[in-house]
Amino acid sequence: MTDDRILIGHGSGGKLYRDLVRDVFVAAFSNSVLDRLDDAAALASPSGRVAITTDAHVVQPLEFPGGDIGRLSVSGTVNDLATAAARPLALAAAFIIEEGFLLADLRRLCASMARTAQEAAVHIVTGDTKVVQRGLADGLYITTTGVGEIVVDHDVSAAAVRVGDAVLLSGSIGDHSAAVLAARGEFHFDLALQSDCAPLWSLVEGALAAGGTAVRFLRDPTRGGLTAVLAELAESAGLGVEVEEEAVPVAPPVRALCELLGYDPFVLANEGKMVLVVGPEKADDVLAALRRHPLGAQAARIGEVTSAHPRRVALRTAFGTRRVLDMPIGELLPRIC
Amino acid sequence: MTERELQAAALVPRLAAALAQAAGDRSFTFMEVCGTHTMAIARYGLRQLLPPGIRLVSGPGCPVCVTAMRDLDTVVAMARLPQVTLCTFGDLVRVPASRTTLAAERAAGADVRVVYSALDAVQIAADEPRRQVVFAGIGFETTAPTVAAALLTAREKGVANFSVLSMHKTMPAPLRALLDAGETSIDGFILPGHVCVITGSDIYRFLADDYGVGGVVAGFEPQDVLGALLALVGQQRPEITIEYTRAVRPEGNRVAQQIIEEVFDPCEADWRGLGVIPGSGLKLAPACSGFDAQARFTVDPGEPREPAGCRCGEVLRGLVDPPDCALFGRRCTPEDPIGACMVSSEGSCAAYYRYQDLDG
Repeated sequence: MTDDRILIGHGSGGKLYRDLVRDVFVAAFSNSVLDRLDDAAALASPSGRVAITTDAHVVQPLEFPGGDIGRLSVSGTVNDLATAAARPLALAAAFIIEEGFLLADLRRLCASMARTAQEAAVHIVTGDTKVVQRGLADGLYITTTGVGEIVVDHDVSAAAVRVGDAVLLSGSIGDHSAAVLAARGEFHFDLALQSDCAPLWSLVEGALAAGGTAVRFLRDPTRGGLTAVLAELAESAGLGVEVEEEAVPVAPPVRALCELLGYDPFVLANEGKMVLVVGPEKADDVLAALRRHPLGAQAARIGEVTSAHPRRVALRTAFGTRRVLDMPIGELLPRIC
Repeated sequence: MTERELQAAALVPRLAAALAQAAGDRSFTFMEVCGTHTMAIARYGLRQLLPPGIRLVSGPGCPVCVTAMRDLDTVVAMARLPQVTLCTFGDLVRVPASRTTLAAERAAGADVRVVYSALDAVQIAADEPRRQVVFAGIGFETTAPTVAAALLTAREKGVANFSVLSMHKTMPAPLRALLDAGETSIDGFILPGHVCVITGSDIYRFLADDYGVGGVVAGFEPQDVLGALLALVGQQRPEITIEYTRAVRPEGNRVAQQIIEEVFDPCEADWRGLGVIPGSGLKLAPACSGFDAQARFTVDPGEPREPAGCRCGEVLRGLVDPPDCALFGRRCTPEDPIGACMVSSEGSCAAYYRYQDLDG
């Protein structure tokens, strides 16, 4: 390539564009489908139901401890498919790149996407690139769309949830938001913060194997955090949710950051965690399966579904008092994912 | 749980039991005057641990909530100036002014930026010399020293495009005004922990000496608040004591007080719900007037308009509880707030909304 930066011409569809696709994207993601460079990727269709999901990623900064926008874009979409109990089959990635973006940075982010896709055993099979003028895209936006095969026959949704079901959480909360916030350089804290950004399909697959039809509901607590997921669950299921504050794992540096800045870890975004609602008869088995997986070592049973206070989430504090967890409002931390 | 949490979890039930025993069947109304106390009480559900005779009310402790509408309108008017970058603490962004909010103005093109400290605003001014950076100075004696330090830093570094719109207020005067008004009988005050780190507790002696009302400076952990309540219930005669001994001294922090005195002079201030109170505000001292946004810019905030039906004023005086307001939870919610008390994270209404009766 003749230049070390993205030019407007790279988005034009002409030779510069073809060079970019070949030298950066295909070089990073190469697989038999993508290498054909068709406009639409042809896939074999699975026998059962199919899930599709899409996510735009606008995180700032683009790279942060524990991850980057590339890893985030692959993980986010794989995890959304996982909430539908869908094994990822293929990903599509659309890039909006700002004129002037360094090619070396783009290669590094694509390498990260490729590594993450490999962890999730999925390929990026098609994509698109647009270039916008300097100043318009804050570096880079990535939109990923994923197609997955639903591996269960039963309904996994809020409608399936019953009174007495256990609420499980696959690990500590607040890690991603805390790491991104620290990486913005606005604070000068010396805290060991790492985003938890990771693809979770194999974790969920293990949980489904252990729990079978007792796995009622899956959701990843991204924007809005754990509180948003529980509030939505309670609202959609028309039931109450009771959570034990002490049972929810929060890593010490995240706790410290939250105390300093007045944030509630329950509403911070996570990019490598899953909330699972499981019938009580299988809750222990599913919890054990989560804990056997490297990404679920800190999995915990954090609460249960109840008939009391329908549509509301109650938090029991360490002192035995209770308070309502409401859907968080407005911009807590912008550009976090 | 951490070590500290374990200690708290052990202490709290014992303090609650001791409080119930000490209170017996007597009734008390205690007022806290610090937004962080409002939040802590709500967050830990502390009201659920109190004996039935103890009523906790929130006073004018939320700096955003007590900012007068005219001042909010002035902030908005400044934000609208094309050359101005308005820097503010996050809480102010969604507060309804007479006709708009800073969030709405930002969406319409105003340069409004959230900062975590006034020093960030000075940095922005240094980084962007073509912008006029105005810092919206809200807060009590805890915040004022940091704003003073930021202003002195700007002066030292020659950051001339920085200015402060001071709406800072100080705590003792409104308490005097509340007690003078005599509208609600307060049996004692939970005094603001962080403010007292700066000011010390001696300046509150007038509560006991002039009004016969005691006060205890409390920290923010549940055992701090319960400990302060226990001390208040146990007072043989009205006095001012410190529960938060690990951070507060009777004379306060002289260095911080001096920096306030260097940059600010006392003035009258308009408190939402309380009206104009002499000596309760801080304006920039003449030697610092070069950094006074009100001197640098002339704006017309327009006629202030209080939202119809909003009872923030009475809430701030401890006269009513948030659920007594007809708008509470119906037309006024955290998503769609009408008054500041519902928007600010330290507002009584917001705190009450979160702590809702789960068994009702």
